Amino acid sequence: MPAVSKGDGMRGLAVFISDIRNCKSKEAEIKRINKELANIRSKFKGDKALDGYSKKKYVCKLLFIFLLGHDIDFGHMEAVNLLSSNKYTEKQIGYLFISVLVNSNSELIRLINNAIKNDLSSRNPTFMCLALHCIANVGSREMAEAFASEIPRILVAGDTMDSVKQSAALCLLRLYKTSPDLVLMGEWTSRVVHLLNDQHMGVVTAAISLITCLSQKNPDEFKTCVSLAVSRLSRIVSSASTDLQDYTYYFVPAPWLSCKLLRLLQCYPPPEDGAVKGRLVECLETILNKAQEPPKSKKVQHSNAKNAILFEAISLIIHYDSEPNLLVRACNQLGQFLQHRETNLRYLALESMCTLASSEFSHEAVKTHIETVINALKTERDVSVRQRAADLLYAMCDRSNAKQIVAEMLSYLETADYSIREEMVLKVAILAEKYAVDYSWYVDTILNLIRIAGDYVSEEVWYRVIQIVINRDDVQGYAAKTVFEALQAPACHENMVKVGGYILGEFGNLIAGDPRSSPLVQFNLLHSKFHLCSVPTRALLLSAYIKFINLFPETKATIQEVLRCDSQIRNSDVELQQRAVEYLKLSSIASTDVLATVLEEMPPFPERESSILAKLKKKKGPGAVSVTELDDNKREGGELNGGADRGPDTASTPSPSADLLGIRSTAPISAAPASAGSLLVDVFSEAGPAAPSAAVNDDGFLSSAPPSEDPAPLLSEADELLNKFVCKNNGVLFENQLLQIGIKSEYRQNLGRMYLFYGNKTSVQFATILFDDVIIVFNNLPQLNVQTKQVEPLVEGGAQIQQVLNIECLTDFSDAPLLNIKFRYGGALQNLTLKLPVTINKFFQPTEMTSHDFFQRWKQLSQPQQEAQKIFKANHSMDTEVLKAKLLGLGTALLDNVDPNPENYVCAGVIQTKSQQIGCLLRLEPNAQAQMYRLTLRCSKDSVSRRLCELLAQQF
Amino acid sequence: MALCLSLIPDSRQHVHRFTTNCLLRCMQFMLLFSRQGKLRLQKWYVPLSDKEKKKITRELVQTVLARKPKMCSFLEWRDLKIVYKRYASLYFCCAIEDQDNELITLEIIHRYVELLDKYFGSVCELDIIFNFEKAYFILDEFVLGGEAQETSKKNVLKAIEQADLLQEVRH
Repeated sequence: MPAVSKGDGMRGLAVFISDIRNCKSKEAEIKRINKELANIRSKFKGDKALDGYSKKKYVCKLLFIFLLGHDIDFGHMEAVNLLSSNKYTEKQIGYLFISVLVNSNSELIRLINNAIKNDLSSRNPTFMCLALHCIANVGSREMAEAFASEIPRILVAGDTMDSVKQSAALCLLRLYKTSPDLVLMGEWTSRVVHLLNDQHMGVVTAAISLITCLSQKNPDEFKTCVSLAVSRLSRIVSSASTDLQDYTYYFVPAPWLSCKLLRLLQCYPPPEDGAVKGRLVECLETILNKAQEPPKSKKVQHSNAKNAILFEAISLIIHYDSEPNLLVRACNQLGQFLQHRETNLRYLALESMCTLASSEFSHEAVKTHIETVINALKTERDVSVRQRAADLLYAMCDRSNAKQIVAEMLSYLETADYSIREEMVLKVAILAEKYAVDYSWYVDTILNLIRIAGDYVSEEVWYRVIQIVINRDDVQGYAAKTVFEALQAPACHENMVKVGGYILGEFGNLIAGDPRSSPLVQFNLLHSKFHLCSVPTRALLLSAYIKFINLFPETKATIQEVLRCDSQIRNSDVELQQRAVEYLKLSSIASTDVLATVLEEMPPFPERESSILAKLKKKKGPGAVSVTELDDNKREGGELNGGADRGPDTASTPSPSADLLGIRSTAPISAAPASAGSLLVDVFSEAGPAAPSAAVNDDGFLSSAPPSEDPAPLLSEADELLNKFVCKNNGVLFENQLLQIGIKSEYRQNLGRMYLFYGNKTSVQFATILFDDVIIVFNNLPQLNVQTKQVEPLVEGGAQIQQVLNIECLTDFSDAPLLNIKFRYGGALQNLTLKLPVTINKFFQPTEMTSHDFFQRWKQLSQPQQEAQKIFKANHSMDTEVLKAKLLGLGTALLDNVDPNPENYVCAGVIQTKSQQIGCLLRLEPNAQAQMYRLTLRCSKDSVSRRLCELLAQQF
Repeated sequence: MALCLSLIPDSRQHVHRFTTNCLLRCMQFMLLFSRQGKLRLQKWYVPLSDKEKKKITRELVQTVLARKPKMCSFLEWRDLKIVYKRYASLYFCCAIEDQDNELITLEIIHRYVELLDKYFGSVCELDIIFNFEKAYFILDEFVLGGEAQETSKKNVLKAIEQADLLQEVRH
C-alpha cells in the first residue's frame, strides 16, 4: 500500500506538527501552541461559518495539542458537529476527538448520543462501527443507558455484517463492565453463546471476550458455552497450520482465539459430561505434545504464540487441579523452560510454577527443580526474574527443604536489590517460623536476618521473634546467649539492640551464671549501645534496665546511677525522662516483693495470625496497592493483628486453644497482674500507633462471642440470619467446627464499611496450613457497589484473617449481597454461601422533628402504595427498653412526645442512597394485652416501605 | 464516586479500577513512547483522570527506559503486569492484569507493529507522529475495549482501506 497519500492529508496539521518538532525549547513549544490555540479559537468564534474540512483540521490540531500533554478547554462543540457530517473523514476525526477528550459527565453527552444513535441506525456498516468504537472507548454510564438495550439486538441480528458484530460484542462488554445493571442479556443469552460457533473467526474472537465476562457473572446461564468452547478449541488445536488462513499467526493456528477459549474454560469446573471432558483432555495433551515438537519457524513470534497457548493451557490444568498426570507433565514442561535461553520463558516458567507448587499433585514435582531455581536466584541478570525465583522458592518451601531454602534466601539477601529486600526479609521470617523444627534454628535465622538486612526488618518481624521466644521456654536460654553474642559486634543494627534489650531484660538470668556474661557485663554491653540509638529503642532499653534491677539486685546501684544522671532524668524527650524518673523511684521505694511482682517475666502472648504474614499480604496481596494511593496503603498497613500489642484484658485470659504455639496451656498467668504484664508492652504501642483496626481484634468479640445459636445456616435459612443483624452491626455471622465468620460494620450516609473476620477454629499447632484457596465472591447487587480485596488464601489453625468491604448504596434494594466462600480443608473443597447482613435500613440517617412536622409529613405520604402495614404477634419481649434499643439500632430517630398515645413509638429517618434520599416515617403500636403489634411505615418510595415493613416485622 | 473520607480513611477510590475484579480484566492501557521518553500514542481502556494518566505515564516511561536491552519483556509494576517491547526507536508498552497472558500480549504488540508497517509501508516513528490519527484508527480496528477484536491482518487492513477509499471518493 502506498504510504500516506490518503487523500485527506491535512497540510495545515502537518505544518503545525513540523513546527512543534522544530521548537528548540519547551518554552518555544508552548509559545507556538498558544499561538495556534488563539488562532483556532478565533476561527471557531469567527463570523464566517467554517467548512467541514477546516473544522476537521482544527479539531485534529486540538487533539494533537492535547496528546502532547496540554489542557484543551474548547472545541468540543465543533467536534460534536463533525459527528453529523456525512463525510467519513470528518465524522471519523470527530469521533476520535470525542473518544479521547470527552469525559462522561460532559453536557455534550446528549448531543453525542444523538449522533451515535443516527449512525447506529444508518445501516452503513462503516458508520455503525465508528459509532460502536466510540461507545466502547468512552463507555460511560450515560451511553450505557442510551444503548445497552440496542446493542445486543445488533449483535445477534441475522443481517448484521461480521465487522459490526465484532465491534458490537466488545462494545457491549465495555458497557457491561461500567454498568452491569443496565446490560440485560436475558433473551439474547443463547444466541450470544452460539456466536462461539460462528463461521467467522473474527466474530468468535470478539464474542468470546464478552461471553467470558458474562459467564463469570452468570455461570449457570452461560454454561452451555463449555461444550461449544471445547469443540471449537479441539478444531483449532487439531487443524493444520494452513487451515485457518489469515488467522494463523506464524504457523500457529488462531493463537488469540485459543488463549481466549482456554481462559473461558477457566470460569468453570471441569466438564461433567465425560465425552466433553475427554475431548478437552485430549486438547490439553495435544498442546503439551506440540511443545515438544521441533519449531516450525525460528521466529520468536512463532514460539511466543505457541507458548502463549501452552501457558494458558497450564493455567487451565492448574485451575482444574484434578488431573495429576497433566499437572506433572505441565511441571516438567515448565522445568525445561527454567533453563531456556529466552529470558521471557524463564520468567514465565518461574511464575507459573509458583501456582503449581500449591497443588498437592504437583508440589513434589516442583520441588525437584529446587537447584535450578536457586541457581536462577543467584545468576539471573534481571531483577524481575530473580524476584520470580524468590517467589517460587517461597512457594515450594516445606518442612523437607526449609533449611536449604532459608539459607539460600539469606545468602541472597546480602546482595539482593534494594527494591525487593523488605519482601525477602518477610518471606524468610515467615518460612523460618512456619517450618521451624527446632527453635534455636529459628532464633539464629531471625538474628541473621537482622544482621544482614537490619534496615529492612520491619517491626512485625522483631516483634514476632520476641513473641515466640517468650512463648517457648525451651528456647529462651539459647536466645539470650545468641543475642548476647550478637551484641558483641562493634556495630550492630538498632533492631538487634531492641531484640537484645528485650530478651536480656526477660531472660538475661538464664546466662548470668557464666562469668563472661555476668549481669554487669550484660548491662554494660547493652548500655554501650544506648547512646547510638533512637528514642524508642532507648525507651525500651530503660525498661530492660528496670527489669535487670529485679533480675539481678547486684546491678541496682549501677543502674540507679545511670537513671539518675542528668542525661536521663532531665532528658528533653518527655517519654525518656518520665521512664527514668519513674523507674528510679520504683527501684528505690518498692519492696523486693512488689518489684518482683511488677517486673515479673512476661506471660505468653495469646496467639493471633502472624503479623508478618499480614504484612506480606499487605505488600503482595492482589489489588493491595493502588496506582495513586501507594503510600497511603503502606502507612495504613500497620499492625493489622496488633503484632505484639495486647490489651490487658486479653492478656489475663488467653484462650489455650488459641495459642498457636500450643505450649504453656496452663501458664501461670493469673499470677501476673495485667498492669505489670504490660510494662514492657507499652514500648510497642509507642513504636507505632496501632491502626484503628487493631481495636477491632482487641475487643475480642470473635473469641468471646457465645457460640451462635444457628450453627450452620444454609442459604435457605439465611434470612433468619439476616434478621439477626437488622438492628445490630456486629456479631457472629457463621460458625461451624472449622470456621467462624465474625462481622463488624459501620455505616455513614450511603456508605458502609464491613469487616469480616474469618477465624480458623481448629487448633492444630504451629505452621499447619489448613485453609487454602479461600475464594470470596460477592454477588454484587447492581444497587450496591461492594468493593473488597481478595483475602490471603491461607489461614493457619487458631488464626484469623480480616477482610474489609467498602459498600456504597447506589439505590434502594431488597435482596442481600451474597458471600461465597470456597476453601479447602484436608483436601476437600468446602463451599459456603451466606447472605451478608446489609439491609436497606443500614443507610438510615436519623431525623429529629416535632409532632407537628411529623404528622404533616405523615399526611403528605398518604398515597396507598406509600404505606405498608403489618399486624403481627410479638415474638420477643415487649419491654419498653428493649423496644427502644431495637428501634435505635434500626438507625432512625426515636421521637418522643409525638404520638398522642405515649405507648406508641414513632421514628423518622432518611435513607441515603447515591441516587436519592428516601424519607421514612415509622409508627409501632404495641398492644401488651393481646401481645400484638401494629407496624406502619410510610416512605417516599413504596418499595422501601414494603421492604422495611418485612424486615421489621421479624424484629419484635 | 463520592466516598466519604472520614469513614473510609484509606480512600481507595482509584483502586477498584485496578483490582482483581474479574469484570475489569482486560488490557488496561497501551503506550507508545520514544527512547527520549516522548509519548507518541496513548490508549486507555479503563477510566482514569487526566492527572492519573499523566502520573502513570511518567512513572512507567521512566521504569521501562531504565531497563537494559537483554532483560525480560515483563515486569510487575504496582499491581499490574507490564509487557513491553522495543521496535527501533519506539517502545510499545501494555499493562495487563495479574491473570492475563503475557506472551499473547507481546504478540498483540507485534501484530500492531505489523499492521502499522503494512499500512505505512515500513513504518517509522515519524509516520506515527504525523499520522497519529491513523495509528489510533488502526488500533481501534484491531483492539477494542482492551480485547483483541480482529486478529487477521488482512481484515484489519481491509477495513482501514475501505475507510480511506470512502474519504477519497468524497473529497
